[in-house]
Amino acid sequence: MNLLDKISRENVKTDVADFSVGDTVKVNVKITEGTNTRIQAFSGVVIARKGAGIAETFTVRRVTFGQGVERVFPVNSPMVDSIDVERRGIVRRAKLYYLRDKVGKSARITEKRDY
Amino acid sequence: MAGLIGKKLGMTQVYDENGKVVPVTVIQAGPCPVLDIRTQDSHGYSALQVGFGKKKAKNVSKAVLGHLNKSGKAENPPALIKEIRLTEDPSEELGQDLTVEAFEAGSFVDVTGTSKGKGFQGVVKRYNFGGGRASHGGDWTRKPGSIGMCEFPGKVYKGRKMPGHTGSVQRTIMGLKIVSVRPEDNVVLVKGAVPGHKGGIVVLRTAKKK
Repeated sequence: MNLLDKISRENVKTDVADFSVGDTVKVNVKITEGTNTRIQAFSGVVIARKGAGIAETFTVRRVTFGQGVERVFPVNSPMVDSIDVERRGIVRRAKLYYLRDKVGKSARITEKRDY
Repeated sequence: MAGLIGKKLGMTQVYDENGKVVPVTVIQAGPCPVLDIRTQDSHGYSALQVGFGKKKAKNVSKAVLGHLNKSGKAENPPALIKEIRLTEDPSEELGQDLTVEAFEAGSFVDVTGTSKGKGFQGVVKRYNFGGGRASHGGDWTRKPGSIGMCEFPGKVYKGRKMPGHTGSVQRTIMGLKIVSVRPEDNVVLVKGAVPGHKGGIVVLRTAKKK
């Protein structure tokens, strides 16, 4: 293995939850206020997952009080404490950017069920 | 004051203690044997002549081997020999290996390398000219425009910025922070980009202005 890969892999997490685009997730983010560190959750739909290895990121979208909010998290960031998958969705796109133009009923994603 | 020759391995990212992403260039530097010492008294300036990499002894000319004999490095000759200018006479000795331990995390370095060659380029890429407009009948999108006046002075002034060969010149990026030093791999991680392509030769020196 070359040195560049070795250094990149040092920071890659091995215990990342298995989630994909269309899933509804709760991202537990570490927040430092002064000297205290607490955990704040941000939940929403994963609309994109891009990059690979150490540079991989995912975008979570949620609508609060009628206002769409999107946050991009690095998958391997130490600030992301954990990712809980709350609901798995069936989607036919790798990027769900079309959700930005939809509100209410049309912005729903079918839940994936195992029968 | 320390200097090292290294090889740019490429870029990646690491996280700092606050969890922020830091873009870093991975440079494999040293060990660089000291092959010759220039001092103020004998040469009029201070510098270290150092080597980097390795080469088969049969591929090195006898003249160079004779010079390497002085520092006892004729057995395993370096692939590259360079002089690193210093501000004062060096305390290093002949034959001593300089390693990345000369630098420490948190300090600053200047990195010199040869920038990537871009070939023959127009003025927009080469000198950041604005170019003309693409629409509304614009007819000179990426052209340089006027290059001078009229019958007087009747010539194009020297130094006029024109298209030509771009890149592939020596460039120094000053004041880059060292994010971490890994003596076991002879590697330094420097914050930000450095000139040149992957595998390119770079020279690291203690920062002049920090």
